[in-house]
Amino acid sequence: MTTLTDPPQGSFRLSMLLNDTRYRSYTFQFIALLALIASFAYLGSNLVENLRAAGLNISFEFLREPAGYDINQRLIEYNSQSSHWRAAMVGILNTLLVSFLACVTATILGVVAGVLRLSNNWLVRKLMSIYVEAFRNVPVLIWIIIIFTIMTAVLPAPRAFRGDDATASMLFDSVAFTSQGVFVPGLVFGTGGLVVVLTLLASIVGVFAYRKYRVKKLYDEGKVLPGWITWAILIVPTLVVFQGYALTAGNQENRFLVPTDLAAGATTLDAFGERLVADEQNVAYCSVNGSTASSVGKSMILGLPAVGLRNPDAVRMKSSYYATVDAAQPGLADGTCNMLVAPAAQAEQISAQSDGALSVLETNVKNGAPIALNLPYLANFRFTDGITVRGSLIALWFALAIYTGAFIAENVRAGIQAVSKGQTEAAASLGLRPGRIMNLVVLPQALRVIIPPLISQYLNITKNSSLAIAVGYMDITGTLGGITLNQTGRAIECVLLLMLFYLTISLSISAVMNLYNNAVKLKER
Amino acid sequence: MSDRSSHRTEPFVRTDMLPEQAPPAAQSGVIKWSRENLFSSTSNTILSVLSAIAIYYIVVSSAPWLLNGVWNADSIRQCREILDGRVGGCFAVLTERWNQLLFGFTYPDDQYWRPTLAFVLLLVAAAPVMFFKYLPSKMLYFTAIYPFVAYWLIWGGPILSPIFAFLGFVVGYLVWNQLVNRSFAAGFFGAIIAAFVTWAIGGMITSALGAGEPMLSAVPSRDMGGFMLNLILGTVCVSLSLPLGIALALGRQSGLPIIKWICVIFIEFVRGVPLITLLFVASVVLAYFFPPNATIDLILRVIIMITMFSSAYIAEVIRGALAALPRGQYEAADSLGLDYPQAMRLIILPQALKISIPGIVNVAVGLFKDTTLVSVISMFDLVGMIRGPILASTEWNGVYWELFLFAALLFFIVCYGISQYSQWLERELATDHR
Repeated sequence: MTTLTDPPQGSFRLSMLLNDTRYRSYTFQFIALLALIASFAYLGSNLVENLRAAGLNISFEFLREPAGYDINQRLIEYNSQSSHWRAAMVGILNTLLVSFLACVTATILGVVAGVLRLSNNWLVRKLMSIYVEAFRNVPVLIWIIIIFTIMTAVLPAPRAFRGDDATASMLFDSVAFTSQGVFVPGLVFGTGGLVVVLTLLASIVGVFAYRKYRVKKLYDEGKVLPGWITWAILIVPTLVVFQGYALTAGNQENRFLVPTDLAAGATTLDAFGERLVADEQNVAYCSVNGSTASSVGKSMILGLPAVGLRNPDAVRMKSSYYATVDAAQPGLADGTCNMLVAPAAQAEQISAQSDGALSVLETNVKNGAPIALNLPYLANFRFTDGITVRGSLIALWFALAIYTGAFIAENVRAGIQAVSKGQTEAAASLGLRPGRIMNLVVLPQALRVIIPPLISQYLNITKNSSLAIAVGYMDITGTLGGITLNQTGRAIECVLLLMLFYLTISLSISAVMNLYNNAVKLKER
Repeated sequence: MSDRSSHRTEPFVRTDMLPEQAPPAAQSGVIKWSRENLFSSTSNTILSVLSAIAIYYIVVSSAPWLLNGVWNADSIRQCREILDGRVGGCFAVLTERWNQLLFGFTYPDDQYWRPTLAFVLLLVAAAPVMFFKYLPSKMLYFTAIYPFVAYWLIWGGPILSPIFAFLGFVVGYLVWNQLVNRSFAAGFFGAIIAAFVTWAIGGMITSALGAGEPMLSAVPSRDMGGFMLNLILGTVCVSLSLPLGIALALGRQSGLPIIKWICVIFIEFVRGVPLITLLFVASVVLAYFFPPNATIDLILRVIIMITMFSSAYIAEVIRGALAALPRGQYEAADSLGLDYPQAMRLIILPQALKISIPGIVNVAVGLFKDTTLVSVISMFDLVGMIRGPILASTEWNGVYWELFLFAALLFFIVCYGISQYSQWLERELATDHR
């Protein structure tokens, strides 16, 4: 016999909505939902009314219209006639570019600073704390502007590189730091360039496979395979392929063509160059695609010591490229080109096609590597060729990297300190060497602590990259949220798309982070 | 009975201790310290030398710039004349434009004492909260009226509006006190209704009295600028977002699916977008969502958006703290028969807020730094003033370092101070394992 009785299962009364905990939650949620709908309806009606008053509507048609503005730092083809949508794409790629660069640099900086903060060297430890505190406690916007100021106001203008008494000079003759940006060598792919890259990628895969095999061998049979083979796998095949192409296919001769009427009797390239200098004539240098790495011919001209073309005051140089011989032919004929590089077979074709009026001085150009550097050089008023890295990109990149690096340093330090000292001591008592203690015992455990905040720092970098607008770097905020918004006046649509983009990035990074967390979390029963 | 007599066979026994000798020179003092801390191994030595070289270069390149600095000049040209080719900073820009850097360029200069006083009072008002153990809790009354005093000091205008605003809160609090013992919901909604009634009455009285000559002249919001603007945005948004963040965190942890999902979507949305896009919303989009004739000034719109932004981050910090509390605390509160609001107010939140202090301070520092972003939507905060009116003026065009390093220094002082305080508070509040 029990005295316990169930609560009366009586009929539902209205007061139970407020007094009975079983139903009260429904009441609250209903009220919340009602309030939400009401506020949305209120905001929505305001929006509709305001839009009607301003004679606007919500439409994304403007994305198809031509943008009408230029973007100087871009990864894909774009001109002012391209659509706003295309401009947004350029912006997205620029955002991803600067975020990626900043993430990599910040990780390196942060890990180094974080490890050094734990160093037993007093001076280094203090220096690193100063770095961390100085950068964590000052707005990133100020750092971006300071670095941008260095890039634009402190670095020399291109004209400082000119002349015999130049006040500035290029680093290793290949990198120029100017107020218009930093000019670095680009890569030019010749015959077999792709194969070299593929070989390198395959070697990297091979290195990982070998290391795995090495560990397996060690654990299964106790044999230690030599470590230098890693380097051999990495370097040798690529080197062999590179040299193979350079000595065989890549070494096929290219012809340097110069119309004889221009050369005026000159029979060698040096003689022709001297004539150019004497006549103060511009060099219009062209090359036919697929034949010569364009930089080969160019660096030939730049490198001709007798001609002194290195002194850009003497001769101005202009370069253009043709896809086919047929396209090059008229250029050579009408004088837009007075030097042209073409592969031997095609050069003969040009010589054969040219009638008596255009006899051609031919000189052989040594062509070589499947991959060559396209060095920048000083043309009329600015540097051309190579890759231009704008000051705004560098400012954003380094400011974000140094700023976030300070935060990452703290995460790394916390992660390493989170591994208890007993782990290190136990590993040492097993006879592991300090390097192995770090690699096999401390780091795997520290990474579990370090990586989640690290990824949220990456997220911060991506979001902070929107500060690009402060220095005129054309990321998605600068294009879609900046010029496009101001030109079309479509504020709501632009801001909506902008938020959507950042939201997508953030959510996908968090999704990856959750996957990772689940993969590395301690497997507990 | 002496030892000496009984062990005569031993050739020699020392009877007294040798005097202590000083440790070898290499094992004491500076040498020992530097051997341990600077030159303990080859790689350490290399690092030390490299660091020393780096420090040397930094000092050598910045010392003349700092020491030769010109503090009295009218323009950068005059600075250069005074320097006459020597290396030196042109700090005269700071002495000449300090008022613009701190207060913006349109705040009336005869009224500078008002924001200054408001700032000093801010320290007084914050003190009893920050050092609650050491200061009388009576001072909290001043903290309660401070927001209204500060508003009146900075914006000026009729004194009745802040007074009635304050009265609304007082009436709301009294009603809450009366009703909360009966039911939390009744107290909560009763307080809100009472406050709104008071504000409505106050509004009527204010408009009935008409605008006389106010004691302090009214300063429109668009005249706010300089570091003052950063401080206003920082303090207002952090203090507003704290209660909002707590509410959001509780909502996200609650078992009511609709409320939970509203909170989750809000938090994840706001945390997923950069602050700049929210500021764009404030400057170009938000106006569309207000009633057609309402004119909400930019500073208020920016405060709304930044508060939303930081409340989402604070909510996440507090949610972490709520999740970190042992389940036993929740269950113990339930077993005592406390209802949800009581359990939260008396058991859960005091503990959760304590462990979330470092996180909240991090958010607050980050938010204060992020207030510089308003310069992007052409508000003239400290950074906006430097990039806009000052560097664009013909007198000071080109004085980059002095200005930006000054701005960096101001922010560093505030942010470093706050983070040091938070570390002190953490030690102060640590009640476990001493």
